[in-house]
Amino acid sequence: MTATATSAALADIGRSDATLRAFLHGLPGVDQVGAEQRAAMLATRSIKTTAKAWAIDLAIRMVDLTTLEGADTPGKVRALSAKARRPDPADPSCPAVAALCVYPSMVPVAAPELAGSGVHLASVATAFPSGQAPLDVKLADTKAAVAAGADEIDMVINRGAFLAGRYQEVYDEIVAVKDACGGAHLKVILETGELATYDNVRRASWLAMLAGGDFVKTSTGKVPVAATLPVTLVMLEAVRDFRAASGRQVGVKPAGGIRTTKDAIKYLVVVNETAGEDWLHPDWFRFGASTLLNDLLMQRTKLKTGRYSGPDYFTVD
Amino acid sequence: MTSSRLAVRKTYKLFIGGKFPRSESGRSYLVQDANVALASRKDVRDAVVAARAAVKGWSGTTAYNRGQILYRAAEMLEGRREQFVALGEPEAEVDAAIDRWVWYAGWSDKIAQVYGNANPVAGPYFNLSSPEPTGVVGVVAPPESPLLGLVSVVAPAIVTGNTVVVLAAEERPLAAVTLAEVLATSDLPGGVVNILTGKPAETAPWLAAHMDVNALDLAGVRDAALATSLEEAAAENLKRVLRPPATPVDWAADPGTGRMTAFLETKTVWHPKGT
Repeated sequence: MTATATSAALADIGRSDATLRAFLHGLPGVDQVGAEQRAAMLATRSIKTTAKAWAIDLAIRMVDLTTLEGADTPGKVRALSAKARRPDPADPSCPAVAALCVYPSMVPVAAPELAGSGVHLASVATAFPSGQAPLDVKLADTKAAVAAGADEIDMVINRGAFLAGRYQEVYDEIVAVKDACGGAHLKVILETGELATYDNVRRASWLAMLAGGDFVKTSTGKVPVAATLPVTLVMLEAVRDFRAASGRQVGVKPAGGIRTTKDAIKYLVVVNETAGEDWLHPDWFRFGASTLLNDLLMQRTKLKTGRYSGPDYFTVD
Repeated sequence: MTSSRLAVRKTYKLFIGGKFPRSESGRSYLVQDANVALASRKDVRDAVVAARAAVKGWSGTTAYNRGQILYRAAEMLEGRREQFVALGEPEAEVDAAIDRWVWYAGWSDKIAQVYGNANPVAGPYFNLSSPEPTGVVGVVAPPESPLLGLVSVVAPAIVTGNTVVVLAAEERPLAAVTLAEVLATSDLPGGVVNILTGKPAETAPWLAAHMDVNALDLAGVRDAALATSLEEAAAENLKRVLRPPATPVDWAADPGTGRMTAFLETKTVWHPKGT
């Protein structure tokens, strides 16, 4: 079976609820113990010196610097935009982050700040974080964010529909949001903390990819269980298999709960060992994080100066 | 019939953030007939993180409450008196250490009265100075007096609201670890005192260079060249440095208030007065 023949077959899967269900439930089950053990084993890799310096710079370039609080103000978003462009003002060799991630209402504030910097502007949309709103509201939310200058959209799937088995509804919604995005990149948040099983994570990943998502993202960061290593491993297997089947590469973004450089490097190891080197690039792997960046900067400073740094020397947000 | 119980052999570990972890490096060394953890630079790093995290809560505790907690530590110390004696500490030194702890506990709500001030100023203002803790203090404990000397450097630093990372005496660390067990059972919040056993000559440079440490007490450094290099490393972020004593210290003598005031910052406020 050639890749084109398969991708035609894959495009056909979204035709009806029955074909979707047959396909998603036909996916092999995830070996829970195996996945957790594999992730734990990869997490013990020791990355030191030059490899660590390389990993830290790559991780900084992969950060989606995020602020999604009710208390966000234009001032905070502007300050964070400056940080996204130059994370370490004391060191011009420090790379910029991948993107700034804000609520749609803050996109008009951030857009002029980031213009021409190469830093992408991501906006959550579709009634983030619950996704519990009528479809036309979600589409309007998305269009408004794109019109205001966001070039990446982080949407949430309708977990209620997914868990109830109404796959067609979830699929159609992603297709509609993708359409509303126009040229903007679409990241699909699965909210794995609410999906309960790794089998569901695998199914939701495939569903999002079949519907046209450019990225699959673990979490909103608003529920107690956010990104974990095994969940990311399962998603990385899904994007790897999807590329093998369809020829299209989809990115992965773990978000929430990744706070230390050590954690970030564990994720990079899992990316390399699961999906492969092609994904070790900010176009294909991102970290959704806010506090992670400061720890990366502290570790970077430690490697450069030979002395441990402290939080006093970096911005609070 | 001989006892069928297996011996419970003790491993002396580090004291970081209120817990007793082994060294991150997995190393230990044989000293005083016991296996004791040999701390690495990463243990120093972890201890500083724990100490920094504890600053807000500990310095925010009321002075009265801090005194109560330290007094509680003295009670626990009294209960372990025999254990310290069994470790080879002279009885007089153990008693002096307990008394020293109580003495410093009493200072918690008095230091601001003695070293704070209402300053006379030319204007309609109340002008008040009050001492505040410096923050995280790195301490090299005196090698010649493993309990009394240790208490005499730790208690004055924490009573005012600082948190400490202590490098215990290399040759006689057991009293320090036992003191950690006392502190762990005495309401002292985790991270206020962190004790690392091992070789201070190896770990002290990392502590001195650490940008998140605010002050350095070199009470136990006996090598003049090392003391100088530590002071140089400490200069990078303007740490307060208490130099090693020029002459041998009699730890049993009245300590005075110098070790408390060394790690205080003065805050002065102007408050308008009048009608």
